[in-house]
Amino acid sequence: MKRREGLAKLTGRERYVDDLVIEGCWWGATVRSPAARGKIREIRFGEEVDWNEVVVVSHEDVPGKNTIALMEEDQPVLAAGYVRHIHEAVLLLAHPSRDVVRRAAAAVEIEVEEESPVFDFRVPPEADQIQYSDDNLFKRLLMEKGDVASALASAPLVVEGVYETGAQEHVYLENQGMVAWEEDGVVSVQGSMQCPYYVLKAMREALARDDHQMRVIQTPTGGGFGGKEEFPSGIALHAALLTLKAGRPVKLIYDRGEDMAATTKRHPSRVRHRTAVAEDGRLLAQEIDILLDAGAYMTLSPVVLSRAVIHAAGPYSCDNVRVEGKAILTNAVPFGAFRGFGAPQSLFACERHMDVIAQRLGMDPLRLRRRNLLRDGQSTATGQVIEDGTDRLEVLDRALELSSFHQKRRAHITFNGSETFRRRGIGLATFHHGAGFTGSGEVYLDSVVHVAGLPDGRIEVRAASTEMGQGTITVFTQFAADRMGVDPEDVLIAPPDTSKVPDSGPTVASRTTMVVGHLVEKACDDLREKLGLSPQATGAALREALGHWHAGHPDQELLGEGRYEAPPGIVWDDEKYRGDAYGAYGWATYVAEVEVDLRTYTARVVDFVAVQEIGKVINEVLARGQIQGGVVQGIGWALMEECKWRDGAMVNNQLTNYIIPTSDDVPPIRVGFLETPYPHGAQGAKGIGELPMDGPAPAIANAVAVALNKDPRVIPLTPERIMSLVETS
Amino acid sequence: MKLLLPTSLEEACGALKDHPQAIPMAGATDLMVHWPSRFEAHEGTYLDLSAVEELRQHRFTDDALVLGGSTTYWQVMRDPRASREFPLLLEAARQVGAVQIQTRGTWAGNIVNASPAADGVPVLMAYDAEIELVSHRGEETVPLSEFYLGYKKMRRRPDQLIRAIRLPRRSYEVEIFEKVGSRQAQAITKVGVAVTHSEAGWRVVANSVAASVCRCPALEALLGHDLPVTTPDHLLPAIERDVSPIDDIRSTAEYRRKVLARVLFWALKEGRGRNRERARR
Ligand SMILES: Cc1cc2nc3c(=O)[nH]c(=O)nc-3n(C[C@H](O)[C@H](O)[C@H](O)COP(=O)(O)OP(=O)(O)OC[C@H]3O[C@@H](n4cnc5c(N)ncnc54)[C@H](O)[C@@H]3O)c2cc1C
Repeated sequence: MKRREGLAKLTGRERYVDDLVIEGCWWGATVRSPAARGKIREIRFGEEVDWNEVVVVSHEDVPGKNTIALMEEDQPVLAAGYVRHIHEAVLLLAHPSRDVVRRAAAAVEIEVEEESPVFDFRVPPEADQIQYSDDNLFKRLLMEKGDVASALASAPLVVEGVYETGAQEHVYLENQGMVAWEEDGVVSVQGSMQCPYYVLKAMREALARDDHQMRVIQTPTGGGFGGKEEFPSGIALHAALLTLKAGRPVKLIYDRGEDMAATTKRHPSRVRHRTAVAEDGRLLAQEIDILLDAGAYMTLSPVVLSRAVIHAAGPYSCDNVRVEGKAILTNAVPFGAFRGFGAPQSLFACERHMDVIAQRLGMDPLRLRRRNLLRDGQSTATGQVIEDGTDRLEVLDRALELSSFHQKRRAHITFNGSETFRRRGIGLATFHHGAGFTGSGEVYLDSVVHVAGLPDGRIEVRAASTEMGQGTITVFTQFAADRMGVDPEDVLIAPPDTSKVPDSGPTVASRTTMVVGHLVEKACDDLREKLGLSPQATGAALREALGHWHAGHPDQELLGEGRYEAPPGIVWDDEKYRGDAYGAYGWATYVAEVEVDLRTYTARVVDFVAVQEIGKVINEVLARGQIQGGVVQGIGWALMEECKWRDGAMVNNQLTNYIIPTSDDVPPIRVGFLETPYPHGAQGAKGIGELPMDGPAPAIANAVAVALNKDPRVIPLTPERIMSLVETS
Repeated sequence: MKLLLPTSLEEACGALKDHPQAIPMAGATDLMVHWPSRFEAHEGTYLDLSAVEELRQHRFTDDALVLGGSTTYWQVMRDPRASREFPLLLEAARQVGAVQIQTRGTWAGNIVNASPAADGVPVLMAYDAEIELVSHRGEETVPLSEFYLGYKKMRRRPDQLIRAIRLPRRSYEVEIFEKVGSRQAQAITKVGVAVTHSEAGWRVVANSVAASVCRCPALEALLGHDLPVTTPDHLLPAIERDVSPIDDIRSTAEYRRKVLARVLFWALKEGRGRNRERARR
């Protein structure tokens, strides 16, 4: 099936939030902190602006709690006399003219009495830098299996390594933006977002209103990648506060510079491995320490850390594992959700480390992986027994075959021996990604989907799951059409609007197709049952039954409901981090072939193969698109995307100087799928949204290591970094 | 913003006399980049050159290729004769932004914007370009290699317009242009170099390694003396004398110096641009 909203997007007819024309709408702007930490001593309003014309909102205008409700109530909606990072929102302005409001924002001067900030998350804080608890740790997690200490003590070989990854900007095509208005006592917020009910939750706290006095509507969203998971709650509150004070609709749209500077990014990480190995390559013990830079507020850092911890040991069987994870405060703009959610960081370390181990053992890295890859019946680091019928060795073999790994490796030896300034290498990563919320998360979410049977015989799927380019609308249509035996054209997808759709949970964590899609199916079944239809009844019978029902129940709604139930046998201990961390994992092997140009020290990916087992491919084009897009984002993270920091704020906050790959920087990406249906996912599907973010970076770094016979430990591998790698022996 | 729209060069010069603060505007691909954040720019007066027909065309004379004051990259790229006789113009133009910029952006705009990273300037300078400046007070010709006086400082009074850029027609036996950006396309140059060799001698011009695009006399002398250069490092002492790169948001001084040596070394060694079959004149 083709993407349902594809034509509108292709032809520019889709209306994003900035395209909405709203009568009498004013423009909002945000005045931000110039300093990284301290008390706000004074706020001066420049004389060049006629302030009588400008609506000014401060923390005093927040009717409820001055907090953006998420995990911890630490992040204020607007700074109340104290700031913890540059670009922290202090005041909001509104004016009928976009130009004037921007000038007004530039005319406000905020004076901060600066206190000692922390910028390097790797350096333990001084006493006067403590700002959270007594050690600045937002979260510490410990996950233990077996007896690591004695295994390390008695091992024939212990291999150590420290690996670092940088921050990454989402670069969704559409910047953050919201519009808000009040009508008949209802405050409505509409804009670019992944999770309408997260926004509603934040509004409940800060605006101190009942749910029926608030409404959150998603507009077509031009990309999210996690950047529109928690961040939109803040900007939605800002738009709402402005509209409440201005008494008219207000639009708050970030331009690219503000978006890149002031919004969340991927958490920078440092991961240390100590691994005990037998001579034959068996992993005897893995000791792993993860440190994440959380930035100035907690946001979602504890759960990002949790995913990092759970994935840290890789898709391998090892009896003794100890992973300690810490997320620490710095006075940087807060880091937040980003595709992969901690797993890319810890899997980079894990998979680069596997090649380092192989090197130390003098063993082929393929053999090392083959020896340790999980077999069905073995358990992961959390003690979860994997028995999903997937042959992980086959995934590896398919990738080797598709990439002509062995032939290329041989050819490179000749190539590197005869070329003057070009070096080639091939590398791989074997990895996994847990789909859906961690542990008991899905149970707490208690997601619900409705499928309404309409009088005209069509059906409407009602869910809060959002389309942001990844294909929600299309796959939900497929599921409903298949389940009810109707034409896809007879399936409507309700726009996510909290006054109209139930809470099907956030559109994150690779859960929408697998988990929510399954709820669409359940809601269809429920509808069928309520209509008294047999499982065989399709199209015409459904239409007829709906006609009947509505004739007998004028002005009533007929809703089929699908509510989440945990698959049987899932057990998770949130205290000890033991048990079934995820209902299902995607399994993958990615292979990267790189060429390094020693004139410019530039590494380029010249071929890429991505093979994964994902349960079931629901829509071939969309699935391939997810994988290829994720790989491109991974190539960027591995080789070029680098945030340059000054005092905890990004200074290369333009697309001129924050370098993402162009189509010229991306090789053909060949995608292979294996299918072992997951019984609790829609049509057997497992989540795939984040998986492709995990593998590219380590595969590429491993390939660069081979090409140069060097040992890269830090990404991005920019030309400048490759130069120092090559120059230092 | 105030916009002046002259339809002839004479009118344009007159407008600059009457509005000394007016800023000439050709493709506006540099001028408009910071528009949303530079409020003071909104108050300015602009002299839009788009209706001045005589500035637009480029032409060949017996001894020169003459680019107009608002000739675009695209015009040169689409002219087979210009590409054949001055292949580096084509090579550089192809690497400026993408088609949207190539069709709007002008050679003169590239010169007067005076970015050290400009890609059009090195190849023009390596071809010994001279620029013709005109104003209501008269005209003068300045060699491009003497045009820049420092970072964004140049020998041009605010009332002067670039009328033309003249490239002498010569026979070249070496023509090299290397742009090193941070990705394959749409990148600002981190280090770049243009080299020519003709009966007039060697020209080595580097960009992104000094306050302005600059000739490299020590490198030119080194190449002229046929001294043995067997590794990139042999070029470093001359590079040290010729350029003064800095660490900035895009790269480091060390990278720029080293990579300049390396791309230059390999380009010369591979004989890039040498012995190209070319019918001239
Ligand atoms: C997306 C993008 C990508 C880009 N990529 C590149 C690149 O790869 N390489 C590169 O070098 N540049 C690049 N640029 C910069 C720019 O496009 C070039 O410098 C271009 O040549 C400028 O020409 P213009 O006609 O647009 O100049 P304008 O913006 O119109 O003017 C630039 C300056 O020149 C002055 N000026 C213009 N014409 C005259 C004249 N006849 N007489 C006197 N003064 C004059 C103006 O007053 C102004 O100071 C890029 C720009 C963008 C937006």
